[in-house]
Amino acid sequence: MAGKTLYDKLWEDHLVAENDDGSALIYIDRQLLHEVTSPQAFEGLRIAGRKPRRLEANLATPDHNVPTTDRTNGIADPVSRIQVQTLDDNCDSYGVTEFKMDDIRQGIVHIVGPEQGYTLPGLTMVCGDSHTATHGAFGAMAFGVGTSEVEHVLATQCLRQKKMKNMLVRVDGELGTGVTAKDVVLAVIGEIGTAGGNGHAIEFAGTAIESLSMEGRMTICNMAIEAGARVGLVAVDDKTIEYVKGRPFAPKGEQWDMAVEAWKDLHSDADAQFDRVVELKAEDIIPQVTWGTSPEMVKPVTGNIPNPEKESNPVKKEGIERALQYMDMKADTPITSIPLDKVFIGSCTNARIEDLREAAAVAKGRKVSPSIKQAMVVPGSGLVKEQAEAEGLHTIFTEAGFEWREPGCSMCLAMNADRLESGEHCASTSNRNFEGRQGQGGRTHLVSPAMAAAAAVHGHFVDVRELELDSELAKASEVH
Amino acid sequence: MEAFTQHTGLVVPLDRSNVDTDAIIPKQFLKSIKRTGFGPNLFDEWRYLDHGEPGMDNSKRPLNPDFVMNKERYQGASILLARENFGCGSSREHAPWALEDYGIKAVIAPSYADIFFNNCFKNGILPIVLDHATMDTLFEQTEANEGFKLDIDLDKQTVTMPNGDVIGFEVESDRKHSLYNGLDDIGITLQQEDAISKYEEERAKRAPWLFSSN
Ligand code: SF4
Repeated sequence: MAGKTLYDKLWEDHLVAENDDGSALIYIDRQLLHEVTSPQAFEGLRIAGRKPRRLEANLATPDHNVPTTDRTNGIADPVSRIQVQTLDDNCDSYGVTEFKMDDIRQGIVHIVGPEQGYTLPGLTMVCGDSHTATHGAFGAMAFGVGTSEVEHVLATQCLRQKKMKNMLVRVDGELGTGVTAKDVVLAVIGEIGTAGGNGHAIEFAGTAIESLSMEGRMTICNMAIEAGARVGLVAVDDKTIEYVKGRPFAPKGEQWDMAVEAWKDLHSDADAQFDRVVELKAEDIIPQVTWGTSPEMVKPVTGNIPNPEKESNPVKKEGIERALQYMDMKADTPITSIPLDKVFIGSCTNARIEDLREAAAVAKGRKVSPSIKQAMVVPGSGLVKEQAEAEGLHTIFTEAGFEWREPGCSMCLAMNADRLESGEHCASTSNRNFEGRQGQGGRTHLVSPAMAAAAAVHGHFVDVRELELDSELAKASEVH
Repeated sequence: MEAFTQHTGLVVPLDRSNVDTDAIIPKQFLKSIKRTGFGPNLFDEWRYLDHGEPGMDNSKRPLNPDFVMNKERYQGASILLARENFGCGSSREHAPWALEDYGIKAVIAPSYADIFFNNCFKNGILPIVLDHATMDTLFEQTEANEGFKLDIDLDKQTVTMPNGDVIGFEVESDRKHSLYNGLDDIGITLQQEDAISKYEEERAKRAPWLFSSN
């Protein structure tokens, strides 16, 4: 019999019951909650007269609607305020642990979970948010669900699921200087397309993935959903265990030893069978920039905007034409000639401490170009912000002309006051470049934190590999 | 949840691939804490010429005459034709809530994003998968014939064209059962309470750190 994949192991480990109709009841160990997708779930519980089955299996924090400017006077937008207030009220009345807006531990759910050790290897974890795949970096089966399923998990601690197929993305070799986890995942999406992982759990493996820090692995798993996969995974190794150790919600004492023992098996067996395997060479990956309105519309920074005339597939051709029109760009022009108005460094993809170090390594001693209207850095959590300030990163950013903000989702999807105006181009470290994502009519280009910082100082995209970086900061981050 | 058994309705063709959930319901409308009322803002950025915000009187906003759902002949449509990877992007259930609130009962497309597909079933919407060639025929027929309707029968798993041609489709049996009977999923799972408790007991032995409170 062939060996098991990591996904197979996690699946079997959480199987409560197999039903005659081919579905399975899966146990969900932990759930993360935020203000946008939970109010209707709590309301559903209340109407049905149900209670959360296990309070300690839920952790909440507001992130999408919170202002990233001074919060002492609360939220100005009344609709956002009600939503955050509703989360607070629901958590208070049911007794769910919540890091409220004024708590230093507040932040983007997918940054807070790992930071608190709430995310652990071997878990099943859900959140009413598609980027829950992030937590798979710890060898956990983590996936996004809709609000009905948030309610389902609150009430039953289970979900009815079908097993997905297994896909392996192998990246072997050594990443070049200035090439980061973000570039790897954008290159993967460019290769397999935004629907390439539909119906699959993607395990990322290979020497290039192994050499990444936990932050880098989180960036990769975070964007598995942009390749269509609900689940992204990386096997557990010493780095995973080292990262988790000592965090507030991590096991302690004897239980820690027991957990570490159990986590050692969280990798695919050598003879495991995958339904699909995709291989990339690390050496072939160079810094990536998206030019269009889907994450698969991506090119190396050294490349040109594609020409629809050269596309033989009619659906793709039309897609390119529509994207060029929306983005107001011309075919065959260099990526480096795209005009930029704003720069956003933040989001659950790239707002961890390492990402900020990576951007600071570029920003240090440089100035934001006068042609850039606004460049902002939004840490992923209050604790990331605190750490960055302890390292003096905020001074590097503010001296260079970046705005230093309070933690939250911010301009990743512009539910708060941070947004693009119609027609503006933004170099963004977030994960989606859909039409209107960062503000109606806004034009998003997805890049790594180093590339975003470099774009801010030059006023257009440049190949970060050609810049001289602050060596100490570069060493502390992934820009090797 | 409302059951879906059989439905005959006017068809509207949305000829785009990779329609994402930000397009289906833009984020500013996600601030609502209700499940209803999203219909007027379905495809808001494509449907209206101005920028929509919650609380606006949508009946007074300028419509985009080029957007297919605004054409006179498609008013009252309840079946949406779409292209590949429909509903990609976020997990927001507001997307099926908006479709449902608008009056869409079924979507027909060659493929869907996983989370969206799942969310449809939880909200009484039937997402049907048909192959590319059949999709092309449906798009052509819908565009060529004003008032083009389809008849969908979930029990028989068929889509019937006005000329009597019948197209079969697949649907997983558990999803079909729940949708057909309009079942409360949570209620069904709670019937397996014994199995859940047994699992919890055993899991607490294997992974006690997940069961001791911090
Ligand atoms: S940062 Fe962006 S992608 Fe991540 S949870 Fe917030 S809105 Fe979603």
